[in-house]
Amino acid sequence: MFAADFEYYRAGSVAEARELLAAHPGAKLLAGGHSLIPLLKLRLAAPAAVVDIGRIGELHGISNGGGALHIGALTTHAEIAASAAVNAGAEALAEAASQIGDPAVRNRGTIGGNVAHADPASDLPTVLAALGATFTVSGPDGERSLAAADFFQGMMATALGEHDILTAVNVPAAGSGSGSAYVKFSHPASRYAVVGAAAAVTGAGGTCAGASVAVGGATAVPVRCASVEAALAGRALSADAIAAAAAAAGSDFGDDLLGDVFASGEYRKAVAPVYVQRALTAAAERAG
Amino acid sequence: MTAPAVLPKLVGQRVRRREDPRLIQGRGTYVDDVTIAGLQHLAFKRSDIPHGRILSIDTSAAEALDGVEAIFTGAQIAEFLGPMPVPTPFPAPEHRAVAADVVRYVGDPVAVVVARDRYLARDAADAITVDCEPLPAVVDPEAALSGQPAVLHADFPNNVAVGPLPAGTGVGRGGQVDDSAVDGAFAEAEVVVSQRMVNQRLAPTAIEPRGVVAHFEPGKETLTIWSSTQNPHILRTHVAALTGLGQDQVRAIAPEVGGGFGAKINIYGEDLVAAAVSKRLGLPVKWVEDRSEAFLATIHGRGIIGYVDIAARRDGRVLGLKLRLVADIGAYNMLLTAVVPTQTMRMANGTYAFPVVRATLTEVFTNKTPTDAYRGAGRPEAAYFVERAMDMLAREIGMDPAELRRRNFIQPHQFPYKTQVGALYDSGDYEKALDRALEKAGWEQLKAERDAARADGRLVGLGLSMYVEICGLGPSARLPNGGWEYSQVTVERDGRISATTGVSPHGQGNETTFAQMLADQFGVPLEHIRIHHGDTAVVKQGIGTFGSRSQAVGGAALHLAGGKVKTKMAKFAAALLEAHEGDLVFENGRIAVAGAPAAGKTFAEVAAYAHRPVKLPAGLEPGLSEEAFFEPPNNTYPFGCHIALLEVDRDTGEPRLLRMVAVDDAGNLINPLIVEGQIHGGLTQGIGQALVEEVVYGDDGQPLTGSLMDYAIPRATDFPRFELDNTVTPTPVNPLGAKGVGEAGTIGSTPCIVSAAVDALGGFGVRHIDMLLRPEKLWRIIHGGNA
Repeated sequence: MFAADFEYYRAGSVAEARELLAAHPGAKLLAGGHSLIPLLKLRLAAPAAVVDIGRIGELHGISNGGGALHIGALTTHAEIAASAAVNAGAEALAEAASQIGDPAVRNRGTIGGNVAHADPASDLPTVLAALGATFTVSGPDGERSLAAADFFQGMMATALGEHDILTAVNVPAAGSGSGSAYVKFSHPASRYAVVGAAAAVTGAGGTCAGASVAVGGATAVPVRCASVEAALAGRALSADAIAAAAAAAGSDFGDDLLGDVFASGEYRKAVAPVYVQRALTAAAERAG
Repeated sequence: MTAPAVLPKLVGQRVRRREDPRLIQGRGTYVDDVTIAGLQHLAFKRSDIPHGRILSIDTSAAEALDGVEAIFTGAQIAEFLGPMPVPTPFPAPEHRAVAADVVRYVGDPVAVVVARDRYLARDAADAITVDCEPLPAVVDPEAALSGQPAVLHADFPNNVAVGPLPAGTGVGRGGQVDDSAVDGAFAEAEVVVSQRMVNQRLAPTAIEPRGVVAHFEPGKETLTIWSSTQNPHILRTHVAALTGLGQDQVRAIAPEVGGGFGAKINIYGEDLVAAAVSKRLGLPVKWVEDRSEAFLATIHGRGIIGYVDIAARRDGRVLGLKLRLVADIGAYNMLLTAVVPTQTMRMANGTYAFPVVRATLTEVFTNKTPTDAYRGAGRPEAAYFVERAMDMLAREIGMDPAELRRRNFIQPHQFPYKTQVGALYDSGDYEKALDRALEKAGWEQLKAERDAARADGRLVGLGLSMYVEICGLGPSARLPNGGWEYSQVTVERDGRISATTGVSPHGQGNETTFAQMLADQFGVPLEHIRIHHGDTAVVKQGIGTFGSRSQAVGGAALHLAGGKVKTKMAKFAAALLEAHEGDLVFENGRIAVAGAPAAGKTFAEVAAYAHRPVKLPAGLEPGLSEEAFFEPPNNTYPFGCHIALLEVDRDTGEPRLLRMVAVDDAGNLINPLIVEGQIHGGLTQGIGQALVEEVVYGDDGQPLTGSLMDYAIPRATDFPRFELDNTVTPTPVNPLGAKGVGEAGTIGSTPCIVSAAVDALGGFGVRHIDMLLRPEKLWRIIHGGNA
């Protein structure tokens, strides 16, 4: 539990952080510290330098404009969970943020650090995949925007290059007649998701105008459940229709399933429809 | 001294723990808070393979680091530190604190670094390279009994550490066995239930990992050792012996200890190495275990397989019990390793009058962290095997599980009751505890609710278990370092009371309960009393805190010492008051002739007189300080009945505990609030074993649950509100009538949780489910039938 030696730099701006990354090859970015610090302490990571971006004001906070929630990368889980804008426009995100770790973790951990770490059992990537979020990345060639499918590339792997900084996550704000939800099966030790299901439903008049569903925990990156989405589109949002659609969830997972001593991949795949169904049911209720 | 006009009697009252404010506010001093000028830090290089022969160790890169004071390999340590102490009455292989030739589990130390700070110590340990020839890992304890795939210790063929050791009906004093009575009972049986059950390995996981500071002072030739231990006096004994010092030269201090659960009874190699290295270098050294290390280097608990057979008649009358045990003790014998499973044998009767009982124990070495005492230490395993088998019998003959128990209890008039396996139960009224629990739970109503829920398609189950366990350890014949306890009570010059106790509380609340006792004994306010513990220079003698002995043994010693002081103080008071000492009463801060308090003296006045006795009454020495040793004639045997209602999610297999009722009988209670706290904690760990906790090793001997990301400990949010009640059956074996309660919750709860799960899934043809009750395991029973 004692990190190896590293040099510590604190960046005052995104530009300065990029300069520090360029000057210190292999440096790691430190935001809330709840992913990186454990890796350092366990000596699973031993970078020569750490660039602390935790106090860059421009990366902090939530704003609502242009039909989207703009969430600065340094916004904490607690702030997201308590945000009126997020609770109104992206209930699933607030719901997931409120279930991460414990209050101490939520007060320090950030959305940017969380998604950049890309733990397959993490909650936020799943929700962001379902909500169609985009990720704003500041790199040597300027700023670019990535969809979840492009951002998450594998277990603990993202599209972020060595000199890139994730600056914001943008979530389309749901309009009236829409609702979203996140439901997870928590690992009893880590409280990470054994299976986490996020669903967003647009359903004016009880008919599904559109649904998006993602499942995390069973695969290296969150899976968008296209089969479930297709099965539900245009259908009445009845319990039976939701159950029938959710039953297809596992078919989108592919063959590379994650498992551990607590829950095998086969089991995760088998119970995913149950959690998808619960998420869809809650989302549909909220879509009202 | 100002005191309220009338002081309330405190024994039996829900007095809040005096310890809590400092602990809750972070003002406690733990081992890691201890610092000394010039302090050096230790880090251990540990084996990352489960079994291998050490070919060479290269410490040159580590030695080259600036600030590294010294590095010792196992072979070098062996030059100035003898083998680990193993005082249990069974042969044990030689065990070095730091392995010199063969490593036998992942985490086995191979070298120790002494360095300027912890980070550097870790760097240096990482820079040591160890060349090992891997040997096959012995993982499965039953397969190990054929000596395959390897033998851990050459002098222990087939990896057998102990046994097969028989006990019970037909077993003579010399170990000769006559099977006729047991065979006869089973031949006569109308029904026999038989089951192999696994009581899995657990990691005790105290919130404060272990730690040690050792400070040898050259010139004074004394060694002070601070350690996160449950028994500083026993630590002192072994540290002195192994460092070649006298016990007068060693002072052991247990400062605040953040949980022990039995795991801090053991004398650990790191403590001995710290002491020996400090003495050798003449420098103070510190080692604090980190969480990852704790999963490897602190003993594990449980880890025992039981083959249970019960013979019975169809009317529910039990005829006999057979219990064959295979204990997976890991790589070495530690302090009490070998005797923990013998406690499982000793409690094979449970609460039942089995006409014949045969228990057989085999202990097996495997390439895993050694096991030793963990909360309950052998008794939870016994209760689990017997209660699960009784539950199976109830299902087999279609009888209410409560009724089956009722028909087989040892009856109140039979106490003291000598069991077939040699325990002498002190007192008990099992049916009373059963009835109280049935009433508290609303048993008949619960059964109806369960049946109604099932009719709705829900998988709801009810579980009930009885338990009886062993508390108040000793007596001396049963413990290698003695089984008594010690206390000294001093009335100070100002009338305040200082008391010492040889028990070493780390969550038990004795600073509160013992003060309650003295407050009543002397008629003074609780606030005027301090209880000192955990320092061998302050507390002259002691054994320590384990086996639910603090109150039953330590409390009894306190009571006796207090009585001696009170007797002497009464003589001083009698001289002052010109009264007969037999006529005096101590109450409300005064000592007076009964019925005439105004004519008496204040407690402080008598205390002052005793310390400046002008003139000294004939036959008295000045001062008011007395000590007492209490040797218990027997253990106490608390008991109880626990009931659980549990639901399993049909779709996912996730179990959810809906109700938990616990009725416990710990004899007389000093502080019901603290007792409830102990039961809450015990229940949490007992339920935790059933629902979330398991140390898992891969087939290659690598631990797979080596962090709190993988090894779950239960949380308050996992449970419903516990519903507690108690019955009171005092023990005759100590003057307080108190039996002890530290482990009770851990013992009764586990089997009733599993029985509730089996009840919930009975419709799927399942008779028994091994722990832990992982959702996937339950889901496979529901959906695959291939669990």
